[in-house]
Amino acid sequence: MTIDRNARILNVASWGDYCLFTIESPAVGGGARPGQFVMVKVSNSLFPLLRRPLSIHSASPVGIELFFKIAGPGTEILAGKKVGDAIDILGPLGNSFTVPADLRGKKAFLVGGGRGIAPLYFLGLELKAAGAGITVFYGGRCQVDIPLKDKFEVEGLPLHCSTDDGSYGFEGLVTELLERELGPSRPDLLYVCGPDPMMKAAAQMALAAGIPAEFSLESIMGCGIGACWGCVHRIREDTGDGWLKICEEGPVFPGDRIVWTD
Amino acid sequence: MTDLKMDLGFLTLKNPVLAASGTFGYGLEFEPYVGLAQLGGFVVKGLYFNPREGNRPPRLVETPSGLINAIGLQGVGVKAFAEKILPRLRGLDTAVVVNVCGGDDDEYVDVVEFLNRQDGIAAYELNISCPNVKQEGLCTALFAEPTFALVKRVKSVSRRPVITKLSPNVTNIVEVARAAEDAGTDAISLVNTFLAMAIDIETRRPRLANIFGGLSGPAIRPLAVRMVYQVASRVKVPVIGMGGIMTGADALEFLIAGASAVQVGTANFVDPDAAVRIIGEIAGWCEAHGVARVRDLVGTVRAA
Repeated sequence: MTIDRNARILNVASWGDYCLFTIESPAVGGGARPGQFVMVKVSNSLFPLLRRPLSIHSASPVGIELFFKIAGPGTEILAGKKVGDAIDILGPLGNSFTVPADLRGKKAFLVGGGRGIAPLYFLGLELKAAGAGITVFYGGRCQVDIPLKDKFEVEGLPLHCSTDDGSYGFEGLVTELLERELGPSRPDLLYVCGPDPMMKAAAQMALAAGIPAEFSLESIMGCGIGACWGCVHRIREDTGDGWLKICEEGPVFPGDRIVWTD
Repeated sequence: MTDLKMDLGFLTLKNPVLAASGTFGYGLEFEPYVGLAQLGGFVVKGLYFNPREGNRPPRLVETPSGLINAIGLQGVGVKAFAEKILPRLRGLDTAVVVNVCGGDDDEYVDVVEFLNRQDGIAAYELNISCPNVKQEGLCTALFAEPTFALVKRVKSVSRRPVITKLSPNVTNIVEVARAAEDAGTDAISLVNTFLAMAIDIETRRPRLANIFGGLSGPAIRPLAVRMVYQVASRVKVPVIGMGGIMTGADALEFLIAGASAVQVGTANFVDPDAAVRIIGEIAGWCEAHGVARVRDLVGTVRAA
């Protein structure tokens, strides 16, 4: 947890509204775990006022990668940054996905929708290093929404892609693709990040099949460090349901504790 | 070296900058980023007697140079605060102020009586101005008479100084400030957030589940400066000013308007170390302008 006010952008790649930044920041990258996020200051002016939460796409002792989609004025300003620009990032923040030390002989399914794929690359690499057999399910509305498919393939992370319009891979929702595979090749672990309706559907499948699943939740955040209580989600606890902070107690929660609302 | 010390009469601050309630958690959240002892003080998140759920999300919406929140004072309650949090704040060489809430006047008294028995609290800030806990922003601080009655009751039981935090959502802020002063408040802090609303034009729904929320941030600063000026020139008790302070220059504007101390709020979200930076900027300005004691600036606004 550190503020790096001079994190230099080393590389920028973009596909339509999607951007991938490589950022030099040993302070943030060094201790980061899959599932954690950073708060990025996109501008030094008063607009936008707040930092933007972005999950860490990969991390090393050198720095981090961020993968994001332009979703409003904040991410649009960020997308305009160039190689060599310095940005101000606060992190790594939040908890992380559970990665057991020895996963030899175990199968893990990773399910990402749209920009929700961001943390699953980092996770996939760690799970693979622990010996797990990985299958990635990567869905989007159309082909332009799954720009990272080659990147997963290069790392030897097998991939099933889906698009709502059938322009690439399976035609339909990524959860339909997941459902098809969940029966025949039952995984030991399931990890999901994407839009709420997609995560809700995946959570129901995991629960029905009795497969332990973790979900990375998303929210607008005021601070990212647990001070404002603005980013809460309904979570089951021993003492009853409550509004837990996604930034501090999450962003990763086990599926059986998340209360999904419409 | 500028003397940053500020004597409020009932409390001496090492510098005039406190972190504002609701924006600084219980203080501990900020330990990785700032030395809490560098602050003049901080006001912990509002406490009801019992734990409180808060409002449904979405609770936040960002607006131009501002933030509308409708958290609804979610919190741990006084017992968990006293058991788990306060012991970790006790050793700090800074003023720990507890923001006191209540569903009715009795609850404010219960909270204060409970906290009276705990060590390590410098003062209470009476939160009678949160716009997010009753329908349409209703709160005690909208009216002079209930403000007088509540402050008087709390003062009669409190073993510590009481700061009364006012709402800006009133016709005449001076009238409410005077009611608090007449009831014996030791200081007045202002302003809480402005009742506000934002609508998603695509869905035509309010952006907050609570419909209304409280606007904070630089967008409200000129409004807050005006109200601090109005109140400080009309009451004798010290005034603690807040509203969109992002820089040392912003803080100085409040001091010159008549505030004896300031609170930094929304800026803590943007930069967890904002309050400490602001203290440095105040000191730097004073040195550059030959101001030996920051307290000499208070209320020095000149005629137009």
